Amino acid sequence: MKYIDEFRDPQLARKLLASIRTRSKRPVRFMEFCGGHTHAIFRHGLRQMLPPTVELRSGPGCPVCVTANADIDRAIALASEPRVVMATFGDMLRVPGSHGSLQTARAEGADVRVVYSPLDALQIAHGCPERAVVFLGVGFETTAPGVAASILEAEAGGLDNFYVLSLHKLTPPATRAILDAGEVRLAGIIGPGHVTTVIGSRAWEFLPRDYGVPCAVAGFEPLDILRAVAAMVEMAESGQPGVVNAYSRGVRPEGNRTALGIMRRVFEVGEAEWRGLGRVPASGLALRPEYARFDAARAFPVDPGPAREHAGCRCGDVLRGVVEPPDCPLFRRACTPAQPIGPCMVSAEGACAAWYRYGEVDV
Amino acid sequence: MSHELVERLFLRYFDNPILAELDDTAVVAVSGFRFQVSGSPNQRPETSNLKLAFTTDSYVVSPIFFPGGDIGKLAVCGTVNDLAMGGATPLYLSAGFILEEGLPLADLERVVASMAATARAASVQVVTGDTKVVDRGKADRLFINTAGVGVVPAGVELGGGRVRPGDVVILSGTVGDHGMTIMSQREGLRFDSPLVSDCAPLNGLVAAVLDALSSPEDGSSVGAAHCLRDPTRGGLATTLNEVAGKSDVGIEIEECAVPVRDAVRAACELLGLDPLYVANEGKLVAFVAPEMADVVLDAMRAHEYGREAAVIGRVTAEHAGRVVLRTPLGARRVLDMLVGEQLPRIC
Repeated sequence: MKYIDEFRDPQLARKLLASIRTRSKRPVRFMEFCGGHTHAIFRHGLRQMLPPTVELRSGPGCPVCVTANADIDRAIALASEPRVVMATFGDMLRVPGSHGSLQTARAEGADVRVVYSPLDALQIAHGCPERAVVFLGVGFETTAPGVAASILEAEAGGLDNFYVLSLHKLTPPATRAILDAGEVRLAGIIGPGHVTTVIGSRAWEFLPRDYGVPCAVAGFEPLDILRAVAAMVEMAESGQPGVVNAYSRGVRPEGNRTALGIMRRVFEVGEAEWRGLGRVPASGLALRPEYARFDAARAFPVDPGPAREHAGCRCGDVLRGVVEPPDCPLFRRACTPAQPIGPCMVSAEGACAAWYRYGEVDV
Repeated sequence: MSHELVERLFLRYFDNPILAELDDTAVVAVSGFRFQVSGSPNQRPETSNLKLAFTTDSYVVSPIFFPGGDIGKLAVCGTVNDLAMGGATPLYLSAGFILEEGLPLADLERVVASMAATARAASVQVVTGDTKVVDRGKADRLFINTAGVGVVPAGVELGGGRVRPGDVVILSGTVGDHGMTIMSQREGLRFDSPLVSDCAPLNGLVAAVLDALSSPEDGSSVGAAHCLRDPTRGGLATTLNEVAGKSDVGIEIEECAVPVRDAVRAACELLGLDPLYVANEGKLVAFVAPEMADVVLDAMRAHEYGREAAVIGRVTAEHAGRVVLRTPLGARRVLDMLVGEQLPRIC
């Protein structure tokens, strides 16, 4: 299949691996920011193919996982309002909050519907004018422009029953927060491919400039990831950190100006709460005052009560890259994909789910 | 979820050794009766030691019409295939209909006509049935339950617990076609090459395999086929895990040997799903003694529903109970059981 098979070619992969093996002398730990990368790395078995000098550590790049319990509780409370139809990406459905999930709320009568795009939520709003349709806006810079576009479309169409609960988050500030905390030594960051398609590879130049840490932006096929690793090994060995775009078929230095324009028109940057990172300044997207009438948080003030964290769950530490999933006492014991305690076990991009599902075999 | 229900509820209360086998079809030995089996050209009247296969399944698919089939075709194929996986020649089906008030008669007729055509193609007859109408909102248009009986020819001993180290794993064709067709219909996704369900009755394919194994001149025997499974819900990965668990063996699969149609791969990539976990309705996996693998592969490829059959892996004594996948890059990883439903990702 075009654009897939070329990037899974075993011979090219072996060549890249050989060059990584030859070049890599000192032990390095790279963080793959994106949960999509974590899953691709596990699915294709890349960890075991890399030389022992190269360690990969997953980061906070799973939008579902970094959503704070307080925000999940708020979404559940909102969904339980009688007039509300909650439209959400499938990933969010089973994520546990303090007391339950959107799925349990649905079982108790809340109208929660899975959509593939915020535009599907617009359709629902058109179809039932007597209901208030709330789109659960979870995601990074990849998702936010589409949500912004749906708000602009609702405005243009005079739709008055469409709302967004904006929990969108920005990736560069989270990366800064992890490096500032200094809890985990990182020799490089594998930049998130889809996010960088929107924000552009220049958005990562602060990494070599402010932290001396190289960054290689990667796509999601095995060769994409290996190319990025090879580039970072090269930068680490040569002591010349920079930003390498190893995903040039998707990413431009300046990003996608149209998407950025729409996003900035509708949203403004503000503080956001991240699971694992706490409140991070200038790391979230809130609706601008001129679009406030689409803001679900304003239209439906709900009080979900104080958020509660599950004792023992180490999702926060996993998201900061401080520990790996098997280090969590609940992993594979109390916490499994069937009975998840933390979000990293639920989401298709969660690190715990990847470790659980693709756990490497030592045979 | 349903796995847990079976273990904790149904097995506990319906406790009996036949159910405890947990194969897709129950095979019951009937002796001391005189049976005249009619309606099947392949079956001679049997007097005793008859092995009867019996199975049931309910169909609630939405939409009820989809490219490559409809709920009626599915209801016949599903039950016929469950019987066939037990090695049985399917003979008779029952059909129970639960109709939501307001279902257009024309839709029902289209479904029933399709069931009849599929039954003819599978050489089975629908000989008993039932209809209930429920209030609007109490069902989603139309639900169908079918049950089926068949007879198992002498010498055929198939089961999830009969697989041995050394067996060859043969898949009858591409995976993921049915599940991705239904999902794309539900979500209104369109692709350049259309997705079509693989929904098909597999008893002819099974008969072709068993016939090929029972020609005495080359010393082959139907006993060389150890297990047949149709990887429906949960897909190929789930079926392989079930068999690895029941037979207490390891299974090694070559990822690039598993045929997947481009349209299915594209749809899966788009939604972040793995075709190995997507449902099929017209495919089977055969676990066969290694010396007979070529015979089975040739027999499958000569049949219309097995043209793309391929050897996808081997059964091992190592890592018993687990399925291991070799990726195209040569890495090995566990291919686990599907937990919950596959949900499309955010980004």
